[in-house]
Amino acid sequence: MLDQDFILQTRGLSVYYDSKIAVTDVNLNVARNRITSIIGPSGCGKSTLLRCFNRMNDLIPSARVEGQVLFDGLDLYGPDVDPTEIRYEIGMVFQRPNPFPKSIYDNVAFGPRINGFKGDMDEVVERSLVRAALWDEVKDRLKASALSLSGGQQQRLCIARALAVEPRVILMDEPCSALDPFATLAIEELMRELSEDYSIIIVTHNMQQAARVSHYTAFLMLEETRVGFLVEFGESRKIFTNPEDERTEAYITGRFG
Amino acid sequence: MVRADFDRSLEELEAELVGLGEMVEKAIIKSMDALERRDLAVAYEVVAEDDLIDAKRFELEEKCIDLIATQQPLAIDLRTLLAVLHIAVELERMGDYAEGIGKICMIIGDDEPVETPKQLGQMAQMGVSMLRRSMKSLKDRDTALANEVWDSDDEVDALYANVCHQIFVEMGQDPKTIEAATHFLWAAHDLERIADRATNIAERVIFVVTGRIGRYKPPDVPKVVE
Repeated sequence: MLDQDFILQTRGLSVYYDSKIAVTDVNLNVARNRITSIIGPSGCGKSTLLRCFNRMNDLIPSARVEGQVLFDGLDLYGPDVDPTEIRYEIGMVFQRPNPFPKSIYDNVAFGPRINGFKGDMDEVVERSLVRAALWDEVKDRLKASALSLSGGQQQRLCIARALAVEPRVILMDEPCSALDPFATLAIEELMRELSEDYSIIIVTHNMQQAARVSHYTAFLMLEETRVGFLVEFGESRKIFTNPEDERTEAYITGRFG
Repeated sequence: MVRADFDRSLEELEAELVGLGEMVEKAIIKSMDALERRDLAVAYEVVAEDDLIDAKRFELEEKCIDLIATQQPLAIDLRTLLAVLHIAVELERMGDYAEGIGKICMIIGDDEPVETPKQLGQMAQMGVSMLRRSMKSLKDRDTALANEVWDSDDEVDALYANVCHQIFVEMGQDPKTIEAATHFLWAAHDLERIADRATNIAERVIFVVTGRIGRYKPPDVPKVVE
């Protein structure tokens, strides 16, 4: 693939918490309008790596980033880059659904309002909820509290909230780990639909989920002497049927980790 | 090391597959022995025992399905289970060919004056050898041995062409032999298919080890004789 086919690229990316390294020299190309999953054992730096993509690590005082993250060729950590603006372009969905204690409508409208959006807010809310496959379930109770929704609905609301500011990338940090299997499949289905228009990066502990949903998979690992290094990256169908590296094989077949 | 239970199940499954391979090997040897000696009792045994081979194949298939459903295998585990599933079917079909030879023997009967062509015995020996080697290549994950099995298939094909030719010649010379000879042609066909199935097993071994499906072999295009 050519460079322009990648929406995000890391170049020698390392992340430290104080002097402790959490991600080591990662070179990764994230394909545009595809789903890329990051898998690996606990503590291997998956979430830290994910947070580098929208500068969420800036919010952790001890965190320090080395190397580059290129967003459509732009250095995300360059001197003129405003991390808040980046987070509109590169949205994030977290492990536990975290709707604001407001109405369904206000949750979705929150980002555009902060942004000073002056257009038709009803249209933005509807479009975002339709896109997040939640509209039909909530269209008659948009003023109800977001907290009255089920876990799976809350997570789709969080996705709608991220979509309302028209991002190009959606980062998902174990988005289904607090959901039941049915709600999980609904989110996975939604991810596949969204990948037609958005680039998605998902961190997941669930190997079958990575295999089911993602086009590409990155396997990160930690050893006694090294933490958060990339072992293997490739098409998910290849990684899950015939990985190149025996450490990948051992991990995905459940023989370590 | 986690998944000890799953590992044990995979080992047991492979051991049972090897067991099925041995049942099939015995069936081929017995069927050929019956045809060569015109021993109808042995031929009958082969036919009857094919039910056991069929039952074992279905048992293995069910175990594979259970493990796929309950363990969600990936990578090498997935390839191994898919290969076991495939190889069990190949072995069962090889058993059917042995059964077919047993039936031919019963049809020809024990008072037939026509001698069984020598090459059929040779073909059976080669088929058995290919079966043994293909199953050993699975046990040892030995792709070189699996490739060797592939190469042996050409020899069986050559022998098949040779025995067919000889049978046609004999038919022409002595029309009384036509009925028995036609049965021998069928037996030769069964033996040729046994060798083909052994190469399929070898192909699955290459899949288990490398993840590649299929081995390219240029097709034999018959030459046009002017």
